[in-house]
Amino acid sequence: MTKELRRVSLVVAAMFMSLFLAGTLLQAVDTEALANDPRNVRNIYESYKTQRGPILVDGKPIAESIAVDSAYRYLRTYDNEVYSGVTGYFSVFRGATGIESAANSYLSGQSSSQFFEQVNAVLSGNPITGAAVELTLDPSLQQAAWDALGDYRGALIAIDPVTGNILAMVSKPGFNVNRIAGHNSEKVSEKYVELESDPANPLINKTIGGDLYHPGSVFKLVVAAAALESGEYNNASTFPNPVSVQLPGSTSEVFNSSRNTCGSDSTVTLSYALRYSCNVPFVELGLALGQDRLRAQAELFGFGKEIRVPMLATPSVFPEEMDDAQLGLSSFGQFDVRVSPLQMALISSAIANGGLMMQPNLIESVISPNLSVISSPQPEVLAQPITAATADALKKMMVQSVSKGVASNASVYGVKVAGKTGTAENGDNERVTLWFTGFAPSINPKVAIALVVEDGGGRDSGASGNGTAAPVARSFFKAVFGQ
Amino acid sequence: MNPLTEALQISKLIKVVPRSRNLEALLLFFAAGLNAFEIAQIQLSILEKITTDLFTYWFPPIAFAFVLHLILRRRASEADPLILPIAVALNGLGIAMIYRLDLASIASGGAELFAVRQVMWTALAMAIAAIVISFVPSQLFLRRYVYVSMAVGIALLLLPLVPFIGTTINGATLWISFFGVTFQPGEIAKIALIIFFAGYLVNRKDSLAVVGRKILGVRIPRGRELGPILVIWLASIGVLVLQRDLGTSILYFGLFLVMIYVATGRAFYAGIGVAMLITGGLVASRVLDYVSRRFDSWLNPFDQENYDAVGGSYQIVQGIFGMANGGLFGTGLGGGVPQLVPLAESDFIISSLAEELGLIGFFAILALYFLLVARGLKVGFRHNDEFAKLMAVGFAFVIALQVFVVIGGVTRILPLTGLTTPLLAAGGSSLLANWIIIAMLLRLSDSAADRQAEVSIR
Repeated sequence: MTKELRRVSLVVAAMFMSLFLAGTLLQAVDTEALANDPRNVRNIYESYKTQRGPILVDGKPIAESIAVDSAYRYLRTYDNEVYSGVTGYFSVFRGATGIESAANSYLSGQSSSQFFEQVNAVLSGNPITGAAVELTLDPSLQQAAWDALGDYRGALIAIDPVTGNILAMVSKPGFNVNRIAGHNSEKVSEKYVELESDPANPLINKTIGGDLYHPGSVFKLVVAAAALESGEYNNASTFPNPVSVQLPGSTSEVFNSSRNTCGSDSTVTLSYALRYSCNVPFVELGLALGQDRLRAQAELFGFGKEIRVPMLATPSVFPEEMDDAQLGLSSFGQFDVRVSPLQMALISSAIANGGLMMQPNLIESVISPNLSVISSPQPEVLAQPITAATADALKKMMVQSVSKGVASNASVYGVKVAGKTGTAENGDNERVTLWFTGFAPSINPKVAIALVVEDGGGRDSGASGNGTAAPVARSFFKAVFGQ
Repeated sequence: MNPLTEALQISKLIKVVPRSRNLEALLLFFAAGLNAFEIAQIQLSILEKITTDLFTYWFPPIAFAFVLHLILRRRASEADPLILPIAVALNGLGIAMIYRLDLASIASGGAELFAVRQVMWTALAMAIAAIVISFVPSQLFLRRYVYVSMAVGIALLLLPLVPFIGTTINGATLWISFFGVTFQPGEIAKIALIIFFAGYLVNRKDSLAVVGRKILGVRIPRGRELGPILVIWLASIGVLVLQRDLGTSILYFGLFLVMIYVATGRAFYAGIGVAMLITGGLVASRVLDYVSRRFDSWLNPFDQENYDAVGGSYQIVQGIFGMANGGLFGTGLGGGVPQLVPLAESDFIISSLAEELGLIGFFAILALYFLLVARGLKVGFRHNDEFAKLMAVGFAFVIALQVFVVIGGVTRILPLTGLTTPLLAAGGSSLLANWIIIAMLLRLSDSAADRQAEVSIR
């Protein structure tokens, strides 16, 4: 038996050797890759050992860590649901989103600019305190945007077109972030599952992320910009004015939303077509320009680019390799064109700012616990998608759109508002998506906005951009101008 | 002087000076100190103060361990001095980790606590180990009950399938429950079956080793000698199908293979057994849904679909994250977040420990197991009685195989199965069974030393 026993002993030794090896692989070789897996939430746990910095708006905390008598030491508390889309959450069980995630290195005190404090913390044995992050948001405008959207599902973003600072960023419905930041795992899980399965998607900041939207007629701004930039067209360029146009290579026809001609003349100008948001002339224009020029203009405006505010916005999409029928549909923002409200606000802000598109930005400054300013982002030009002349021509058309066109419900007494509405279809029997984008005042603009109302504003039929979205813009602009 | 009386006197003298027992006492003090240190570190790290709970979780197992030690001094003074301290160190480390996970659970509002129950089960298990050592004078006593063991083993195995008392947990039907206490009779069945296998194989080893015809250079036993291995194979398949537990199935079959190989010296059995194991596994992975899911989670755990699936790879991936988080030196006890892993206190206690004690701690734990198994195998080498030899191999190998299957499952050497990590993991039945195994190894090591002493004097 001794020989057999010896062999069994060797087998046992081999079994243990393989365990030693497997453990070494996990704990000494693959460690880095495993630590960086997004499903690994251990970094978040680590951060509970330090007091996380607050997120401030106008000097007042909208999110802060309060010392509590529990194993986690600090409880993250959030002030107001109005900001839920911006802050996102910082949760022991669910990770971090929003500014909590994008500015995490500052908030947790781990950024390289806090190096000396980190050294000091190690030497003194005191835990490091995170830096405060002050946002560019204007609390009164944020509240105004929240109130203006009312019970609609959707989003509103307002940007200062000169600096790129984001003044309001609202996503609806919001959620009570405190319920996700709690320390009771069962309660948090329950709430999280409830929010995640909610068809209204409260957890998503709809201004920059989640599913993008069909732009519908607000995309006509991009088509018009491409036409003006080509040098072949101006505001007065004319197009044939039939009741409908047949999409090339297809039997389907495109109508204007009036189901009639665009005005009573046999031809229609670009300016008139944009003011009344007629589809037929824009299909003709889009087909004449071709998809390459449209895509080039869209990309200049930021389509397909990763823009950080500092949260990463989902890039907007202009489809590739379309046939002419698809190009025709894309020319008024249907087919597979998809945009974020941020993208539309950037287009309006470029038009407002003489063709210069500023880098959108949420962070005003980062202040270390000893009150020194660690970082204060300065205005930066993101791109110049259009010339000043094109911007001016587009501005004129948008002002008319509000003053005497189909964006009339956005008008505000005593202020010249420039704007464009959109009513995007999402397929048969689906509720429409309603848009407004624009800026005010038209001279020396203070604010450029884009807002989206999902789900037809709760109506199965009859909803329109001017009927639903433009009034939201109006009440927001009223707040901006103190009315 | 009559040479016989002289021999008796010398052997008495040897018993009067149990040097191994003094070594055992010393090592027990060391294990006790280590254990106190572990719990203290956990309290300082998580609660930032030492509380009287330290005593609650530390003292009872240590007290019982010294009682066991005193019984060994009287009843098995030549027993191996390493086995008891190793078992105590592992058991105490397990309690410390379970207590640490309880603290994390309390912090996040959880109510289900395990450490107190673990301490109570430990005390009970050590008491039963003491009874075994006191009332089983030698292996000869057990030899009378070989077939009784078989009946008991099979009955215990089948018990969970009995309606009303059988209970299914996490998909496996391995438990019985009465008055709210769940118990896994298969753990005790393991011991009964080892006794039975050893007795049966000693009686039949000659006929089992008889060589039949030679085919392709390999000597094949006669057809009817394949009977026993087929029966065990079918029984293991039965466990797999009826009780839905891959780990237990592999455990019984692997155990029998090793014992029949050691008893007969026929490599043929090992060869055909491994072939049968692989065939069974492959067929099961095709036919049985839960086995195929286990295999898929094993091979592609990071695949998002497997990760999200119910009963998928979430647990194993979280366990791996934990081990990676520990790195070389670990986060320190109380410094990591092992509570993120489901069943961190039982099936995944090794990843909890590896996270907080690091690769170094992981190695140390494996080394303790390895030493424990080696001491068991040493009894097998040294004992003169074949029945005792086989039992020692069985008990040592069952610990080794269990460690390999569980830790191999956590570290992705094997598909994950539901076995418990001996002595460490939370769970009463497993503790009870493993302490009986420890008691048996102590008993056998004592008689091995006895026999050798006699032989050398003659």
